[in-house]
Amino acid sequence: MSTTTTRGVAQPAPAKASPARPRRGLRGNPTFNFWLFTGPFLIGLVIFVFVPIVWSIWLSFFDARFTVTPSKFIGLDNYKSMLTNSNFTGSLVTFTVFAALIVPLTWALSLGLAMLVHRLRFMRAFFRSVFFLPTAVSYVAAALIWKMSIFTGVRFGLMNTVLGWFGVENIAYLSDPNPPWYWLVIVTVRLWLQSGFYMILFLAALQNIPAELYEAAAIDGAKPGWQTFRYITLPQLRATSTAVILLLLVAAYQAFDEFYNIVTTKATWGQTPLMVLYKTALGENQDYGAGSAGAVILTLLICLVTLLQGKFMGFGRGEDSK
Amino acid sequence: MSALSNSNWNRRNVLQAAMGLAAAGGLAACGGNTGRSGGGSGDALTQYFHAYGEAGTEQAIKRYAAAYKKADVKTNWITGSNFESALFAALLTKKAPDVFEFHPQIQMVKSGQVADLSDIINPVKDDFNPADIKSHTVDGKIYGVRMIDDPQFFFYRKSMLEKAKVDVPTTLDELLEAAEKLTTSKVKGVFLGNDLTPAINPLLWSAGADTLTADNKPAFHTDAVVAGMKQLRQLFTSGNLLLDAPADYWDPSAINQGLCAIQFCGMWAMPAMQQALGDDLGVFPFPKVGDNGKQSVYNGGWSMFVNAKGKNVDAAKEYVKWLWIDQKQYQEDWATSYGFHIPPRTSIAQSATKLKSGLPAEGVKLFNEFGHFDNIGWTQAMITALTDAFANSVRKNGDPNAALATAEKKVNAELKKLFG
Repeated sequence: MSTTTTRGVAQPAPAKASPARPRRGLRGNPTFNFWLFTGPFLIGLVIFVFVPIVWSIWLSFFDARFTVTPSKFIGLDNYKSMLTNSNFTGSLVTFTVFAALIVPLTWALSLGLAMLVHRLRFMRAFFRSVFFLPTAVSYVAAALIWKMSIFTGVRFGLMNTVLGWFGVENIAYLSDPNPPWYWLVIVTVRLWLQSGFYMILFLAALQNIPAELYEAAAIDGAKPGWQTFRYITLPQLRATSTAVILLLLVAAYQAFDEFYNIVTTKATWGQTPLMVLYKTALGENQDYGAGSAGAVILTLLICLVTLLQGKFMGFGRGEDSK
Repeated sequence: MSALSNSNWNRRNVLQAAMGLAAAGGLAACGGNTGRSGGGSGDALTQYFHAYGEAGTEQAIKRYAAAYKKADVKTNWITGSNFESALFAALLTKKAPDVFEFHPQIQMVKSGQVADLSDIINPVKDDFNPADIKSHTVDGKIYGVRMIDDPQFFFYRKSMLEKAKVDVPTTLDELLEAAEKLTTSKVKGVFLGNDLTPAINPLLWSAGADTLTADNKPAFHTDAVVAGMKQLRQLFTSGNLLLDAPADYWDPSAINQGLCAIQFCGMWAMPAMQQALGDDLGVFPFPKVGDNGKQSVYNGGWSMFVNAKGKNVDAAKEYVKWLWIDQKQYQEDWATSYGFHIPPRTSIAQSATKLKSGLPAEGVKLFNEFGHFDNIGWTQAMITALTDAFANSVRKNGDPNAALATAEKKVNAELKKLFG
């Protein structure tokens, strides 16, 4: 042990306790140590984040097709082109619809699953694992399973087989946007993939609610079930719910894999902003200028939404301003 | 103190180990997928191919590469549906392929992406299909070597048409009627691909229109095309069109599995269809649209290009010349031993015995009689504009006239960028 004991109280060893190894050169220099530990990460950040951002802004003012080192300056043409591109503006609507569907549905389903698993007396670990396992599945793999075996439009697709038992005709879930069955495919695959993760968060929160609260409520005559859930469980989960909703919104913003693999790039609907940018810049068109302009517009929109969200929900507001 | 502290590792050991690992990594890299059995000498070249569906194609390409002695040729066989993305992204990096397959695109010529191959093609130019030469030529220079021509048309089950008492359709109206008569509770009349895009160009040509005029102006916005799109919409909503099949139009499984009676596909899938269906198979071109149209066949295909910005342009051109100009036995093998394709070299096409009789010969006849080739001026941006127009009107029930007007506007903007 490297501490000394004085009158039975443990004291930290004095700084002089190891004179045998004097500080040598740069090793004792705090500035050097700072750069030693943070330098590699800062270099990575500059190379892989800041340089691409600046380069992207620069590209957005040039005719940059099939090249990322263009020479023809075209001003705001790329911005005009993206803002008048109905696929890009439509993708913002798609994202809004997706968020409006997936956030409350995942919240409700993961909370429901957590309540079920929490109340289980037997095999709790088993069911917890069963519901959590889809989290480990690749989005691409899951999307292809949904598309090619569950929701195919042919008679041997799983859904059409089941519907066929009830005399329902085969449904083309993905080719025909009227009615928009593709939402059923996209939302269910995302629900399957992510509900288990949020269930674990809710389960941890449920386990932290003191049992005394329920006992006191029972003594006061609260009925078990909805009343207890409404007035005790739900308020106790408020912090977790807020975090879950924020995480779900962020995840919805990043939606790409399942849309790309389920809807295909040949449609003009069901395209998220990331998908449109991918098609513009990295797809067959290879228009890095327009793609960069779209990325800048999207970034500005996200900043605006974040600021508005902060204003309305109070995030980032100091104690004094409350 | 932990057990680790007792070991003799110090900075020097760690550095030595790291150098050893780096050396091992370097040696391992020497054993990469070069397509040759042993180590090679000379230049190192990389070629990109999309994954062909026909069994044996990947091995064939690697076998050809292994036979080339002047350079180590590494093959990158790109699976999945994002070949174009993977290729174009790679072309911007230092690991860009020296040689790659793609379709003729003026944009690639204008951006200096592909090398002029006139010097290696000109000596044998007359032996190539003139339409293939034309589709790879800009300002008198030839920018790619066609490897295969891929006619695309309708395949049909003879027995199903006979049972339903349906004649082979020659007009779009007849195709709609046939689809209705052929549809049962288990089989759909027609399969045009899951997103209908394979029908776009054939519809234009069959309606007497085109993508661009000879002097590069939009030629697709005509009354006949609008009428044809309305008919396609009718077919789309009729319940007689196979939609959301597990595999798309390029794969023969829809017709092979009995999901449809008529399928639009390429001649590449003919051997697989014949294997599954025997003689119960016929072919016909995309039917006539409107009174002034004419049946059509889209002659797709793949061409070999040399990356003009690569480090080994001369060596790459030499390899392309060796494989796709000099080695006729490989060219015939590539065109006829896996799927069926038409060799772009007249001399090979005439001697290819597998294409001389039966259904393949009928395919060649359709190719010669009704074929339309790629237009090098029709770029990806224009393709996307027209694809969007079809998606919005045929699949989404928009107004075809308005959708084509929007596409025309986009194509004009693109043409202005290209030709001023």
